[in-house]
Amino acid sequence: MLEIKNLHANVDGREILKGLDLTLPTGEVHAIMGPNGSGKSTLAYVLAGKDDYEVTEGSITWNGVDVLALAPSDRAAAGVFLAFQYPMEIPGVATMTFLRSSVNAVRKARGQEELSTPDFLRLVKEKAKTLNIDTEMLRRPLNVGFSGGEKKRNEILQMTLLEPSLCVLDETDSGLDIDALRVVADGVNALRSPERSMLVITHYQRLLDYIVPDRVHVLSDGRVARSGGPELALELEKSGYAGFGDEATAA
Amino acid sequence: MPAVQDTVERVKEIDVDQYKYGFVTDIESVTAPKGLNEDIVRFISAKKDEPEWLLEWRLEAFKRWLTMQEPEWANVQYPKIDFQDLYYYSAPKSTEGPKSLDDVDPDLLETYKKLGIPLREQEVLAGVQGAPKVAVDAVFDSVSVVTTFKEELAKAGVIFCSISEAVKNHPEMVKRYLGSVVPSTDNFYATLNSAVFSDGSFVYVPEGVRCPMELSTYFRINAEQTGQFERTLIIADKGAYVSYLEGCTAPMRDENQLHAAVVELVALEDAEIKYSTVQNWYPGNKDGKGGIFNFVTKRGDCRGDRSKISWTQVETGSAITWKYPSCILRGDGSRGEFYSIAISNGYQQIDSGTKMIHLGKNTSSRIISKGIAAGHSNNTYRGLVSAHRRASNARNFSVCDSLLIGDKCGAHTVPYLEAKNASATFEHEATTSKISDDQLFYCLSRGLSEEEAVALIVNGFVRDVLQHLPMEFMAETQKLISISLEGSVG
Repeated sequence: MLEIKNLHANVDGREILKGLDLTLPTGEVHAIMGPNGSGKSTLAYVLAGKDDYEVTEGSITWNGVDVLALAPSDRAAAGVFLAFQYPMEIPGVATMTFLRSSVNAVRKARGQEELSTPDFLRLVKEKAKTLNIDTEMLRRPLNVGFSGGEKKRNEILQMTLLEPSLCVLDETDSGLDIDALRVVADGVNALRSPERSMLVITHYQRLLDYIVPDRVHVLSDGRVARSGGPELALELEKSGYAGFGDEATAA
Repeated sequence: MPAVQDTVERVKEIDVDQYKYGFVTDIESVTAPKGLNEDIVRFISAKKDEPEWLLEWRLEAFKRWLTMQEPEWANVQYPKIDFQDLYYYSAPKSTEGPKSLDDVDPDLLETYKKLGIPLREQEVLAGVQGAPKVAVDAVFDSVSVVTTFKEELAKAGVIFCSISEAVKNHPEMVKRYLGSVVPSTDNFYATLNSAVFSDGSFVYVPEGVRCPMELSTYFRINAEQTGQFERTLIIADKGAYVSYLEGCTAPMRDENQLHAAVVELVALEDAEIKYSTVQNWYPGNKDGKGGIFNFVTKRGDCRGDRSKISWTQVETGSAITWKYPSCILRGDGSRGEFYSIAISNGYQQIDSGTKMIHLGKNTSSRIISKGIAAGHSNNTYRGLVSAHRRASNARNFSVCDSLLIGDKCGAHTVPYLEAKNASATFEHEATTSKISDDQLFYCLSRGLSEEEAVALIVNGFVRDVLQHLPMEFMAETQKLISISLEGSVG
């Protein structure tokens, strides 16, 4: 179970999260929605442990483990995975090489044996197929020249391979056409399990047609302003974020 | 990338002060007294039983050297070297040359074992078919100790031996080519080398012969305070091909050690020489104390039409590196290449690059340089591309990329371009980038440690050059990159 209590976080000295409380039981999928600037991505980065995101108050525990005390790579080993909104490009490093380094680093940290080359290749090919990823893409340098859809599918492939217990998806739907969205959503849904929790961060309700959440939380000004069932997302689709501090939508 | 992870593990076991190869083998040396004068030059020549003409050549170089000034234009700083406080000759004690590996000093073999040098080449010796064949002319301090695979090379007519042996057995060839690419008057350090060079490798590949194996020399500086003055001469006759590997390690030392080698390559018509270096000499400790001074003159002469010379270097070691492997594109249609990875960390200073001198018609050259600076280091690329009046249709393409790790290091690019023929086409691209925090974080969030992440990103950065290294060197190089960048983050 993920428990976030009274979380305050600064970016560049400016407070973005202002006392956020959230509970995500094991095996559930919760959506985080909210207007731009409400703190959605900040929450994602704080969970993954990005340097410039300074937690000033509050706590995050994952199955009783103090997440904030762990280095980013240790969080990955502990089962936390962030699917980035903007995956980074690493020139010259073949995607396959990156995947293998990552999988084996995490396996080692978890006390599992590293995968042999044939075993790893078999695993990647099998998982890539379900995400409509061509092996040719895996030979290209990581995310370099990838289309928006390729980048996001690559994120989900990594999520599949690293077998995390807490998945955080940051605006995974952004930049995807409807077909790509479906492939990505199928990939995410295939990972749903009673042992795995997911936090799906999105601006639009559209994604939640494909990944149906157990609960929806609306962020506003760094706090959870409202929580409800999947129907809350539909309501937001109609009324927008008016009343949640998004002036543009309100107007 | 198992090589990287394997290395990172090993890197964790050592810290900066414990240079992996920092051990000293206790072998009795025959050493000339300190200092440099005519008598020392004569001593070296006599010790090697050299003919009169070579002694004269050395003495002339020495006289010339006395009139020369140390070059100061490079972007490096170091205390002045007292050339009278160095030894100029040291050889492992062995009056008779060993007949086989069994006759070699066991301490010496142990040293190589620690370095992981496959001197014994078990598979090949056992006659395993299809095993990679690497002939090793092992230079220990100044004298070549063992040369393997001579027989197989001899079958192909390839001569691969120490310069000293070549002087004895092939004097006409040495006389003809020695100093023909790097004249004994060339520059301060090359002239010094000409006067006191101790030993090195000699390669001759006859007309039309493709050398059946990669040739490899491992250099190792062992005796304390011994200046190293190797001399290498490689000749590829018409239509010949040879690939030569040079790899270096050195034991830990407090005093700075001077190394001033000269390498000369001669490619005749349609010949091709590929020369690869992995240089991993002691870079000094974390405060910048100690380390090798590496002032090297390497030059290739594409003497014949359509000949080709390709330099590939991986420079990770030495406190100071001053090195510009160059190509003289004399033959029409000849081609020169320079691929370089230069990594500096701690207080290392590198001023390295190349010179492509286009003399013949339709000559082309290609330069890909990747400089990586970390810690407090300074990394300068200095390159000259020049086309002379007669060099019509000369073409050059240069890429010089620098990568900075941290904010206390420096990367500099100093390109010189001279075209005296209007038909020359020179292209030059240069970039400077930093490993971004976002890239690093992306890797960390996928479970990689900072060291693994940096090694991965840097290996990606240098990939264009890595591809040009012989297979044997690629894994080693990836390891070196990790070791060299240890402690550069966090």
